[in-house]
Order: sequence, then structure tokens, then C-alpha cells
Amino acid sequence: MSLTKDDVRKIAFLARIRVPDERLEPLAGELNNIVGWVEQLGEVDTAGVEPMTSVVDIATPMRADEVTDGGIPEKVLANAPDGEGPFYGVPKVVE
Amino acid sequence: MSDLRDWTIVSAADALTKGEVSSVELTDAFIGAIEAGQSLNAFITETPEIARERAKASDERRKSGDVRGPMDGVPIGMKDLFCTEGVRTTAASRILDNFIPTYESTVSGNLRDAGAVMLGKTNLDEFAMGSANITSYFGTVKNPWTPEGANANLVPGGSSGGSVAAVAGGLAIAATGTDTGGSIRQPASFTGLVGMKPTYGRCSRWGVVAFASSLDQAGPLTRTVEDAAIMLQAMASHDPKDSTSLPLELPDFRAACTRDAKGLRVGIPKEYTLDGMPADIQKLWEQGAQWCKDMGAEVVEVSLPHTKYALPTYYIVAPAEASSNLARYDGVRYGHRVPGDSLDEMYELTRGEGFGAEVQRRVLIGTYVLSAGYYDAYYVKAQQVRTLIAEDFKKVFADVDVLLTPTAPSAAFAEGDKMDDPIAMYLNDVFTVPASLAGLPAISVPGGSDADGLPLGLQLIAGVCQEETLFRAASALEQAANFTARPEVTV
Repeated sequence: MSLTKDDVRKIAFLARIRVPDERLEPLAGELNNIVGWVEQLGEVDTAGVEPMTSVVDIATPMRADEVTDGGIPEKVLANAPDGEGPFYGVPKVVE
Repeated sequence: MSDLRDWTIVSAADALTKGEVSSVELTDAFIGAIEAGQSLNAFITETPEIARERAKASDERRKSGDVRGPMDGVPIGMKDLFCTEGVRTTAASRILDNFIPTYESTVSGNLRDAGAVMLGKTNLDEFAMGSANITSYFGTVKNPWTPEGANANLVPGGSSGGSVAAVAGGLAIAATGTDTGGSIRQPASFTGLVGMKPTYGRCSRWGVVAFASSLDQAGPLTRTVEDAAIMLQAMASHDPKDSTSLPLELPDFRAACTRDAKGLRVGIPKEYTLDGMPADIQKLWEQGAQWCKDMGAEVVEVSLPHTKYALPTYYIVAPAEASSNLARYDGVRYGHRVPGDSLDEMYELTRGEGFGAEVQRRVLIGTYVLSAGYYDAYYVKAQQVRTLIAEDFKKVFADVDVLLTPTAPSAAFAEGDKMDDPIAMYLNDVFTVPASLAGLPAISVPGGSDADGLPLGLQLIAGVCQEETLFRAASALEQAANFTARPEVTV
């Protein structure tokens, strides 16, 4: 399977990365090289093999379900590029 | 003060204990070296005020008899992937060029609590994605081993390139690194240092800028194996804030360094022999096996049949996890923002401008392999092959204690090499990625030099949580190799 310029445009939108039109074609070439190379995994017989979920065989520790943090809005908002009072500012989303 | 590259954590702790030097004096000397060594571009953000403050506090503690261990008062570099409270943390990306965390990562906090003195935040590949430290928004890092009059700077390896340049160049006694597919071990090999990646989960990932969460592990970059053991002891801990952090007592890593390697079984995986591997590396690997025999270890050939699939597996799993982790950089809550007329346009412009070319490439690959219709064919398939790779190791470790391999398929190369072909660059990690996929502890120890006098590392890999065996074998190997070469040019 080979990625076209339009495929790259679609993937770039899914990833919310603006790619200039003139970069779509070369990028398709670069991505096809990588995808073509990883497709060698098709040679491996994986019938009945469990996909890896955790590299270390250990039970996830449990903790009490309780609030342990919070009440620090000024810290949470400290790096906001467009903070407006206790809110994040974004472009208008509702007409 | 003598050549700053003579200092190790052990020798500094000793001199501090005997009162031959104060932490303030030591710290001032390294701050001076950082000023003189700007051409390496090893640091993104220098923190001399914080360093002097912590050194002073360490000296005061020592006077009152309250010493926190061998890291107390020792000046180190901190990879700029660890969030540090009140100190800019960039991940070498434009998208975080103004980010000042309001919290401290667990690992950097552990080191701070152990008394270590942070000199600054070291350079790296953008979001730790790279093997040459050429993708940083803050510029490339120069390998201190670059010969005088060379046409181009040699790369320090990556992604922990600033950390190794700082230690090898005498700008810090040790430094932190992170390793997703080889980012501690390969740069250590390129600069004649020891680089250690512990078992996945030994070090907390909390507060470390995420690249690929099922692979990312922090570890030390040091001059000696014993220093690596001491520093890992300070970095590692069970952390309730990271659910993948191991809820286990830590063994005494330093004590393991004093045991000899007699009776160890060392495996040589035959699949690690590559076509076209430089003769110097093949020769060093054979020499390493001979050293193991000389120290009373038994050397046997073993087979890890799925080795050749490790790299393509990694280049599905890591970009997939990266695309998901990097979704958080949206220009809304922190970091760089480019205004747009709609929310989508703001996201796209912000991420198009904020991420560099290699990061964009990996996010796009990751988005593609996770997208509807392709998830099973790529991501699930890769996770199945990953299971087979981990099973290969499990079988082999039923028979041997450690594996011996080269760390990297080449010595440090010139800036500009391998730039046009991402896959040629990815091949740098061919020997380090398999252990990452299986979550195993591994260490690169300087083994010797190539014909041009550039350092080459040997890698040892052990089973899950077998760091003590690893340190034991690595100390013996270090002693046998007795690598004492230094970069010719002092910065």
C-alpha cells in the first residue's frame, strides 16, 4: 500500500499539523519509505500471539479512590498562552 | 582545579568528605567550565544561581553532620526532558520554548533530595526523537571528541547528546539521560562514557516529558560503572504517581559493583552480527568476549531469532505512542501558540510551526498506523512481534546471566551524515532497541577505540530486574577494558 499526496493531507489533518502544499508530495515519499520498511513485519507468523501490554509481569498497584490534589488554579493556568481570568482563551467555537 | 574530567561521583564524594574541597568550590569550577565550553552547545538553560544555592546548602549540611549520601554536593547536568519547578523545560522543542513547570519530576526531585547540584538543563533531540542530537530547536551539540581541524563536527549521539557532551567535555561530573530506544546507551558509546538504562519501571516517568510511554526510562550517564550504580540508586524509586513504577525494594546497586564476574554465563547473540559492520566493532566485540573468559566467566553463543524485526517493530510502537502523547501540545494550556480563526486552524498552525521535521514525521506515521482500518495491521501486529522479541530474551535468560553485544553499529559520525535518509539514522539503534522493547536493563561500557581514535562501547543486557548482575558484569568488563582515552581537544 502506498500513501498518496491526498492521504498525507488527510493524516496531517487528523494529527492537526499544517503541512504546506509543496511539502505533501516529498512527505508522501518519506512516509512511504518508512511504511514500506516496517511492513517486513508481515513475514512474522503471529497467529495466536498475545499483543504485548506490559513489559514487566507485575500487578498494577491499587490505591484508595480519593482526591489527593487540586485547588491550585493559578499553578494550572501559569503557562497558558492566552489566559483570561481563571480560564483558557480559545478562538470562538460557537456561533 | 586540575582537569575537571578527572572528577567522578566517587572521587568528589571522597574529597568532600575529607574536606579537601567544598561543594561551592567544585560547583564554581564547573560553572566556569560551562562558560568556557559554550561551543559544545551542551546546555539549553544554565542554572548557575540554583547550583550555587544548592552547593551552599550542601556545604552547610555537611558542616552540621547531615550528609545525604554520595551524591550530596555533586554538580550534575539534567536532561531538558525532566520537568524542573521554576526552571524552563523545553524538550528541545519550539512548542515548549517558554514552558516553566510548576512542579518537579520525581527523578530530578529524588536527585535534588539526595543533595545533587543541578548545573543546568542539557540539550537533546527534539522530544528525545533522534540519534545524533541534530533535531534540537536549540541547535546541534558538538561531540568533544571532534578532532582539531576536522571538516565537520562529530555528533555526540542522541537523544541525550547534551548530557554526554557535558560529562565527556568536563562540564559536569555526571548527567541524567532518558532512553526510549537507545538514547542513553548510544551517546555513551559515542563519547567514551558509561550509560545505563534500568528495567522499565525502576525510575518514575512522572514529570518526564513523554515520548513513548511503554518504552521511556530514565538512567544515569557517568564516567564509571560505580558512578552509574550510585546515581541510579538516587534516581530510582517506587512512585505512586506513575502506575508503571515498580513497587519493589531497591537492591544495593553499588555493592554489586564490587563482586567479580567468576562463574557468570555470558551469551553472545549470533543475530547481532550485521553485514557491513565496521571491522573495529567486530574486533572489539570478540575482545570483549575474551575479556569475559579471562575473568572466569563462561561465554556461550545464543540465539534471539526475532532480532531483525526489533527496529521495524519499534518504528511502529514508538511513533504510535508519540502521536498520542504529543496530542497534548495544542497551544491552549501551555507552550507555543500561533493564533488562528478557528480552533482547528489554531491547532494546525501551532503544531505545524511548533514541531520540527522529524517530530512531525513521527507524529504522522503514528497517526497513520493508529488510524481506522490500519490499527490491526500495524499497531497490533507490532505489539505481537514485541511479545515474540520479549519471549526470545526470556528463553535465553533461563540459560545465561547477561548478554554481550556492541552498543552501536558505528563510532560517532560527522554532522550532516545520514541526514537525508531517516531509516539510515534509525539503524543507529539496531543493537539497543531490542532490550528497550523487552523492558530489560542494559548498560554501555567504554570498550576501546576505532582506528581514528574514537571511542566504542560494549553493551551488556540482563533479565528483568537483574541490575545487580548487570553492574557486576559491567564492573568486571570496565576493569578489563581499562579505557582511559580522552578527547584530544580540551574545551
